[in-house]
Amino acid sequence: MYVAVKGGERAIANAHRLLDHERRGDRAVPELSPTQIDEQLALAVDRVMSEGSLYDRGLAALAIKQARGDLIEAIFLVRAYRTTLPRFGYSNPVDTGRMAIRRRISATYKDLPGGQVLGPTFDYTHRLIDFALAAEREVAEPLTAPVGPDTETPRVTDMIANDDLIERNLKTDETKPVGDLTRDPLAFPADRDLRLQNLARGDEGFLLALGYSTQRGYGRNHPFVGEIRMGEVEIELEIPELGLTASLGAVTLTECQMVNQFKGSLTEPARFTRGYGLSFGHCERRAMSMALVDRALRAKEFGEERKGPAQDEEFVLSHSDNVQSTGFVEHLKLPHYVDFQAELALLRQMRSEFEARQASSHPEAAE
Amino acid sequence: MSATAENYRGYNFAYLDEQTKRMIRRAILKAIAIPGYQVPFASREMPMPYGWGTGGVQVTAAILGPDDILKVIDQGADDTTNAVSIRQFFEKTAGVQTTTETGKATIIQTRHRIPEATLQDHQVLVYQVPIPEPLRFLEPRETETRTMHALAEYGLMHVKLYEDIAQHGHIAKTYDYPVLVAERYVMAPSPIPKFDNPKMHQSGALQLFGAGREKRIYAIPPHTEVVSLDFEDHPFEPTKFTEPCALCGALDSYLDEVITDDKGGRMFVCSDTHHCESRRAEGHVGALGTPITPVTEAAE
Repeated sequence: MYVAVKGGERAIANAHRLLDHERRGDRAVPELSPTQIDEQLALAVDRVMSEGSLYDRGLAALAIKQARGDLIEAIFLVRAYRTTLPRFGYSNPVDTGRMAIRRRISATYKDLPGGQVLGPTFDYTHRLIDFALAAEREVAEPLTAPVGPDTETPRVTDMIANDDLIERNLKTDETKPVGDLTRDPLAFPADRDLRLQNLARGDEGFLLALGYSTQRGYGRNHPFVGEIRMGEVEIELEIPELGLTASLGAVTLTECQMVNQFKGSLTEPARFTRGYGLSFGHCERRAMSMALVDRALRAKEFGEERKGPAQDEEFVLSHSDNVQSTGFVEHLKLPHYVDFQAELALLRQMRSEFEARQASSHPEAAE
Repeated sequence: MSATAENYRGYNFAYLDEQTKRMIRRAILKAIAIPGYQVPFASREMPMPYGWGTGGVQVTAAILGPDDILKVIDQGADDTTNAVSIRQFFEKTAGVQTTTETGKATIIQTRHRIPEATLQDHQVLVYQVPIPEPLRFLEPRETETRTMHALAEYGLMHVKLYEDIAQHGHIAKTYDYPVLVAERYVMAPSPIPKFDNPKMHQSGALQLFGAGREKRIYAIPPHTEVVSLDFEDHPFEPTKFTEPCALCGALDSYLDEVITDDKGGRMFVCSDTHHCESRRAEGHVGALGTPITPVTEAAE
C-alpha cells in the first residue's frame, strides 16, 4: 500500500551524518589537517582559490577537506563564503613586472634579460609512478642561486612592444570603473574586462578544452608563449584619507602572455596581437588556456570570422562557471514528478488517439 | 523567534546582507512595474547549489520580514527533501514562523506547482525558475531574445506551437507552457504543469519569479491578465485527470502517479499535500484512503 514520502527532514539529517562519517573514513588512519592539504596538495588549493575567486589558502584547504577532495564542491564552498564578505576597497592594479620571480619561461626567445627560470615544474619529469613516495622519506633541500637586487626581469611583451611589434595595451579610461560580474549581471556584448574576469574564475577543464579547440582549427590564432611567469606580487591599497599607499601583503600569481597572429591595416603597420591569462597561485594550465580563449574572444575586434565555439562570447561566458554548471546539471536529480506526470498524460492521450485512428482506418487498410 | 543555528552565526537576518537585499528589492519593484519583463539582477552565490532554487531563495530572503509566515513546497508537497531543506534554511537564518497551511502563509516559495487553494491579496508566491527565457530553446542567444522581447516579436514562438500541432496534433508543451502577461511580454511560468496556468490569471497574490543562475527576476502583479498562448482552432486546454485522488477523492486537483508494484499497479494522489490533507480532515475519503481525524499542525 502507498506510503507517502514523509520524513524528509530526518532523512536529510541522517544523510549528513553519514557524509561526516564517510569524510572521516577509517578512524585508524590519521585525520588530514587543512595545513597538510595547504602544504602538500598546494596545487589543488591554488585551483580552488582561483575558481573560488578568493585568495585564502587556509580557507581553500579547509574547503577541500570538507568537500572530500571534490574540487568543484570546494570551489562552491569558497564562492558562497566569498559572496558574504564586505568590500572595503579596491587595490591598485598589481604590477607583474615587479614580481618576485619563482618561475619565468619564454618560448619566443632563447635567452633574455632575467633569464629562463624553470622553477618547480613537472615539465621535464618522466611520468613514472614514484613508488618511493608511498613511504615517508627525507627530501633534499632545494638549491638556491643568489639573486642580486638589480636582477630585472622585464616582461617579454614589453620588450616586443619596445620595437612596436605587438599591439599596444589599450589606454585605460581611469574614469570608467572596471566591470564586476559578481556585482552586476553579465550583459552581452561584454567588454574585455568582464570577459577576463569571467575566464579568470572559469572552470579549468572548460578553458582547457576551448583553448585546445583553437589549436585544432576551431578559431585558430597562431599563439606563441611570449612568457609565463609565476611568483609573488605585492597588493597595495590607496588610503586617500591618510594620503598613503599601504601594502596588504603578497599573493602568488601565474601570468601567461600569448603572442598571436599579427594584424595590420591600411593605416596601421602589422603588429602581433595579445592573449592574456592570469591566475592565483601556480596554475599554469589555466593561465595558458585563458590566454588562448581571451585571444579567441577578441575575434570581432580584429575582424576575424567567428566560426569556433571559443570565439563565441555568449557561449563561452555563459558556460564557463563550474558552480553554475554543476548546479544546473545536478539539479536534474531533484524531483521532477509533476512535470513528468504532465508529459505522461499527453503521451497517453496521443497514444489513445493514435490507437483510435488505427482502429478506424483498419477497414480501409483491409481493402 | 527560534535560535539561529551555530552555522549561521554572524550572518544577517535571512542570510543576505542588507545591501544585497536592497539591490534585489529594486529589481523586484522594476519587475512589478513591467509585468512579465525579465529584470537582470546581480544574483549572489547562495549556500545551496544553482538549480536548487537560489533565485527563489534570494527573492524570499529580500522580501521576508520577521512577522512573515513562510511555506515552502516542491512538486506541490511540503515534505519533499528540497522543500524541507529550504524551509530549514529560513528557520535557521531568519527564525520566521513556517507553516504547511496554504491559507496561513504570507509567503509561499514553490518549485513546479501553484497550490490548489486560491491565493489571496495578502500572499506572495515566489517561484524558483531554472530557465527564465521562454524563447531560449528557439534562440539560444540572449542578445537576440532581448531584442525579440523589445520588439514584441513572438512569431517564432507561434510557429513552434503551430509545428507541434502539425506534427503531434497537440501543442507538445505540458509544463513551462508560455503565457502572455498584460498583453505585452511572453513569459515562462517556470516548469509548473500547464494545469496550473489558469491560476496565474487575475490572481490576488503577487507572483514573483527568481532565476539565480540566469540572474533574472520577473513578476506578475496582483490582478493581472495572464493568457496561455494558443490558437482559435486549438484553444489552450489544461491537463485533465480521468480519475479522482485515491486518498481524498478530489476531482479537480493535480495528481501524482504512484507506482504501487511491478505489475502495472498504480494509483493517483494529490500533488498538493496540504490540499489533500485538509480535504481528508474535512471527511473526504478516496477509494484507497482511510478517514483521518483532524490534527493540528505538528510541524511547528
